[in-house]
Amino acid sequence: MKVVLKNLTKKFPSRDKKSKAEVTAVDNFDFEIPSGMLIGLLGPSGCGKSTTLNMISGLEAPTSGRIFFGDEDVTDVAPENRGIGLVFQNYALYPHLTVHDNIIFPLQNLRGKDKLSKEEMDKRALEVAKLVQIEDYMERKPSELSGGQQQRVAIARALIKTPLVLLLDEPLSNLDARLRLQTREEIKRIQQKTGVTTIFVTHDQEEAMSISDLIVVMKDGKLQQIGKPQSVYDEPANFFVAKFLGTPAINTFEGEVKDGFLYIGKDKVLKADRLSDRKVFVGIRPEGFVIDEKGPFKCELKAVEVMGRDTSVVSTHEGMLSSSIRSIIASEDRPDANLKEISFSLKPSKVHLFDKETEERLLF
Amino acid sequence: MKKLKLKQLKGWLYLLPALLFLGFFMVYPLADVLVYSAEEGYNFASQSFFGYGLYNFKYVLRDPFFLQALKNTFIIVIITVPISTGLALLISLKLHSIKPLKEAFQTIYFLPYVTNTLAVGLVFMILFKKTAYSDGLINLLIKAFGGSAVDFIDGPYWAKLFVMCFYTIWVVMPFKILILTSALAGVNEDYYKAARIDGTRKFRIFYKITLPMISPMIFYLIITGFIGAFKAYSDEVAIFGTNLNAAGMNTIVGYVYDMLYGNSGGYPSYASAASLILFAIVFTITVINLLISKGNARA
Amino acid sequence: MEEKIKKKPYVKKALSNAGTYIFLSVWAIIVLFPFYWMLLTSIKSYSSYNLEYVPKFYATNPTFQNYLDAFTSVNLARYFLNTFVFTVVTTAIMLIITVLSAFAFAWLNFKGKNVTFALFLALMMIPTELVVITNYVTITNWGMRNTYAGLILPSVASVFYIYLLKENFEQVPKEIYKAAKVDGTSDFKFLLKVLIPMCKPTIVTILILKVIECWNSYVWPRLVTDNSEYFLVSNGIQEIRENGFGRENIPAMMAAVVVISVPLIVLFLAFHKKIMEGVSRGGTKG
Repeated sequence: MKVVLKNLTKKFPSRDKKSKAEVTAVDNFDFEIPSGMLIGLLGPSGCGKSTTLNMISGLEAPTSGRIFFGDEDVTDVAPENRGIGLVFQNYALYPHLTVHDNIIFPLQNLRGKDKLSKEEMDKRALEVAKLVQIEDYMERKPSELSGGQQQRVAIARALIKTPLVLLLDEPLSNLDARLRLQTREEIKRIQQKTGVTTIFVTHDQEEAMSISDLIVVMKDGKLQQIGKPQSVYDEPANFFVAKFLGTPAINTFEGEVKDGFLYIGKDKVLKADRLSDRKVFVGIRPEGFVIDEKGPFKCELKAVEVMGRDTSVVSTHEGMLSSSIRSIIASEDRPDANLKEISFSLKPSKVHLFDKETEERLLF
Repeated sequence: MKKLKLKQLKGWLYLLPALLFLGFFMVYPLADVLVYSAEEGYNFASQSFFGYGLYNFKYVLRDPFFLQALKNTFIIVIITVPISTGLALLISLKLHSIKPLKEAFQTIYFLPYVTNTLAVGLVFMILFKKTAYSDGLINLLIKAFGGSAVDFIDGPYWAKLFVMCFYTIWVVMPFKILILTSALAGVNEDYYKAARIDGTRKFRIFYKITLPMISPMIFYLIITGFIGAFKAYSDEVAIFGTNLNAAGMNTIVGYVYDMLYGNSGGYPSYASAASLILFAIVFTITVINLLISKGNARA
Repeated sequence: MEEKIKKKPYVKKALSNAGTYIFLSVWAIIVLFPFYWMLLTSIKSYSSYNLEYVPKFYATNPTFQNYLDAFTSVNLARYFLNTFVFTVVTTAIMLIITVLSAFAFAWLNFKGKNVTFALFLALMMIPTELVVITNYVTITNWGMRNTYAGLILPSVASVFYIYLLKENFEQVPKEIYKAAKVDGTSDFKFLLKVLIPMCKPTIVTILILKVIECWNSYVWPRLVTDNSEYFLVSNGIQEIRENGFGRENIPAMMAAVVVISVPLIVLFLAFHKKIMEGVSRGGTKG
């Protein structure tokens, strides 16, 4: 089932009771989620991603705009009639019910001709339990399960009515680091097996990058970019997206285009003949640095950190916006830590320029 | 070594005031009440008695005033505890479902908690009382709806019982509403959201989610409600005056105190026996309540 | 899918919402009406009150004469003063005892601490009705009937408040105690300068609960006082009902009721959030 958001906007009354001003949580969203994909809604906290999810689920009504499931306008449809499954950040499992009873809870709400026999419910419960691999714990209470197992029960409960769209709100944030890696593979596996269009919200860019078919980057209620994880990483639409994606984070500089060349500080680092003269922001990915004695980019060496496969070189430069520059190079190229200065040449594909006013990406 | 001893002493020193007061006014009386209840024919003025036995209990249990008090107390308990708990639950649920004016309602509902029940009882008395000048507001209301006036304060037993239960409920509601609204507010909103997504009907949400989630607080209210209602006394004084035996509206606690009043110093032995009987009843009922709530929690 | 999709029944929702507000308003009226009635009656003159066979919902000739009567023809001012003294002294002594014991249980180590605390908890289950008899005899034997001491002494130790405060004291991180020890702070100074300020909300809660309890206490004062010079307001109002003003001067009686009720209601309106929070955290009545 494809999901289409058309000019979706949500405004809240301001928390400050005295001011009449409204807070725009989601601002004029317009995008289409193709059927059967795993989508990551990504952004810093407070960017409106949870509000977007709540509007898709029907828990919150949009101030304006429409939501379509397939060709159907579901904007005014009650949540229970939209055919969605929702998994909450804290799972919202009913503590007084067993795993089995939690899973069949949605089925027990069906009435009239949709009503299922007890055997049918048990059969379906076992099916989804097997899918998420919790069939051995059916008679336990949620409090007797680990965080990861609770998560699976919550997914099973969301899947039992075979939803058209599965929504996950920060599904991994309550798990510890190791379980998080494991569970995100699990979510991918379940999604692929069921083929249900799945939208999940996260503030963790690594998590979004690793399992999504598409990521949607948001900031301050505004859509920043949609695309495949790799292409969003390689071709960020603006300075914010470039800074938000990638670990270690992109290195940022102030620079200037003059006579067809990019200057950072006094260093003339790259050819940029497609741009007229202007001031720019420069982002250089950590892997975009190559140690080169004759390289144009001269930095003061601060530290060399060995991290096994790679080496991280920490240095400073007059044009930088952050407190240091971090570059990742192969271990065999490790420089002598006693050097005072180090020179780099830059890989043009890992260098991005942004307009100083609009912060939009500039092709050079 | 000496330092260590000093440290030990210090702890006890901080506790000393509490130990003194509790010892004098709680622990010693506890032992003493057992002694009193067994001393037969105790005379307060001469502080002498004949011997030990169960005579005091026998006397109390045969005393028509005590039996009347016992009956009144049980009626108060049986009527007010379920009604007040149920009504408080209903009000709290409604209160939980609204946003505007919620705080105003909560504040108003709590008002009786901070009022002097002895004083406000007088207002209830004049509202319900039928006098030579006026039938009282409530009776006029009854008449407006085609009924006939009843004296709720000096009239028939059922009418007096009605006022008593009404006032008791009015007095205990603030606490119950407060506890239940905070219990309801403590239920994570995500449970309701999940239930809505699943299309759970309102009534099913109530008895499958809300009720189990707040059931510990409901049991707490039922237990404290039972204990409180068994100790009913000052609300009755507020409405019917200090001579509850004459009004036929005495309670067990009232009986205990009445046994202590009087210029001769009263009859502490009978009072002790009556208070031990009360304690036994409250204790039994509390244990039964706890067993039921435990059984429920397991099921 | 099509037939499943229904528009939200907005009208039905609005109706049920209106029903909710009506229901809540009815209870609000039941709660507020006695207060309205006592205010109203207290400003009706004696004669106009008795002339109204059907009581009016407003006062035709409002008068404050009843309030004057309340303070002049009965000893209301005296009851007030007694209650004030009783409340302040009881609360103050109770607070000192509670803070000291809670501190000992929460922060000091000594032999027998846990056993003592368990015994304290056991005392929480003892109803006052059981011990009041002996206390009455004790106070009588000490010759303390009709004295402030007799009124105050038995109600200054409260196991429940000790328990409440101890729990709160224990939530203060141990590191803070260690830091204070390293700085050479004495235990008592630590209690005064660190613990009490940090646990102020709980202490205020306890204070408020105790003040309400004292202001409304009736049973014990009635036992140990028969001289109206030592009556508290609760006993005073019973005295007024039975012997004051002449039995039928209801407006004057209502004026007295208003005067008695006002201090706590003012306190409540000023601190209603704190009071309600405090009561829901650990108050019981009766």
